[in-house]
Amino acid sequence: MQTFRAASPMEQFEIINLVDLSLGSIDISLTNSALWMLICTGAIIIFFAAATRRAAIIPNRLQSTAEVLYEFVSDLVRDTIGTEGRKFFPYVFTLFLWILIANLFGLIPTLPGLPHAAHTFTTTSHLIVTLALSMLTITIVIVYGFWKNGFKFLKLFAPSGVPPLMYILLVPIEVVSFLSRPLSLAIRLFANMFAGHIILKLFAGFVVSLVGAGGFLSVMGLLPFLGAVAVTALEFLVAFLQAYVFAILTCIYLSDAAHAADH
Amino acid sequence: MSVFALATMAAAAAEEAAHDAAEASGGLPQLDMSTWPSQLFWLAVTFGILYWLMAGRFLPAIGGAIEERRDRIADDLDQASDFKRQADDAEDAYNQSLADAKAKAQGIAADTRTEVDAEIAEMQAETDAKLQSKLDAAEARINDMKKEATAKVDEAAADATRAIVERLIDEAPTDDAVARAMTNVAR
Repeated sequence: MQTFRAASPMEQFEIINLVDLSLGSIDISLTNSALWMLICTGAIIIFFAAATRRAAIIPNRLQSTAEVLYEFVSDLVRDTIGTEGRKFFPYVFTLFLWILIANLFGLIPTLPGLPHAAHTFTTTSHLIVTLALSMLTITIVIVYGFWKNGFKFLKLFAPSGVPPLMYILLVPIEVVSFLSRPLSLAIRLFANMFAGHIILKLFAGFVVSLVGAGGFLSVMGLLPFLGAVAVTALEFLVAFLQAYVFAILTCIYLSDAAHAADH
Repeated sequence: MSVFALATMAAAAAEEAAHDAAEASGGLPQLDMSTWPSQLFWLAVTFGILYWLMAGRFLPAIGGAIEERRDRIADDLDQASDFKRQADDAEDAYNQSLADAKAKAQGIAADTRTEVDAEIAEMQAETDAKLQSKLDAAEARINDMKKEATAKVDEAAADATRAIVERLIDEAPTDDAVARAMTNVAR
């Protein structure tokens, strides 16, 4: 029965060193995670290089697709932050696309029989990656907030038009809510990717176990197979949605920073 | 039913699998801090390169193309409205000249009609005069003939009267008497 045993659902998240590298005493080995970051980023760069190679009045298909993405994020930034959001557009665009492609490429099925190191890897299913991105966003929010508003940025924690007594309650709540932003931003993306891939692997594992059991149970294997198909479709939606949510929340936090003094 | 059953099974299996994995590798791969520096390093490298290329090259190129197209379309629309105005002007001019030509044609027609009418009236008057003179001459001739005929009838009547009187009384009456008698009869 060992031949029919599916890999553990956790196996897909394991990080494997491909090439050992170090920077001083810091381990910066090229891992499967790093490889997939390079694959995703490389794919994005190749796509945009091809799309903008001959930027024309009448766009070809690649350019049209790139323009749809551009307009989508551009509208998002303008609607959420306003005109002063223009300078954050490249950041939000890069963030959205990096997460979107990382999420989507993680859904590429691994070809059977490949060694573990060559398995498809979802870089956004690791908390440290999503946490780094969310901390980057919050750092930009704080730095820009103080640069733009000076100490009036702290009005973010004390909205005007509230009875003075309420500030005793309100300010701590606002501070906690602000501090929880990077965590919720990071955990939302990480948990969605993590849970989605576990459920996918569980359904796939059921198929293997049931087919391996033989007889009537082999036929029953169809049910988790259909489940896996449905979850895959759902995961495509989640992949897009989580990239979008990350981008729009980044915009909302940046908007807070830009308009803190107006509150 | 089946969805719920599958979900329950999945939850149980996930717990078991997580337990297995935890036992096998000593915890979630995500919590293995020894992999964090490498992940952060490669994230910074790939994200940084992507940001640099996006901000420096790709986004300005796409934005430029979109902007250029917007300008071009606006220009084309301006030009189209320009052409439309020119076409409207040309149509107005055409209508104006058409109306002028119509008015001119009507003027010519009216002039010709009055001219012809005058000519016809003149010819008619001429003809009328000619006919009138012929009519007058004919009437005069008829009157003459009527007078002549009356005189001849009177003469014949006088002759007849004279002859009758001669036969009756054997005496020829005077012309005066005959004439008186005839006048008395005619009255």
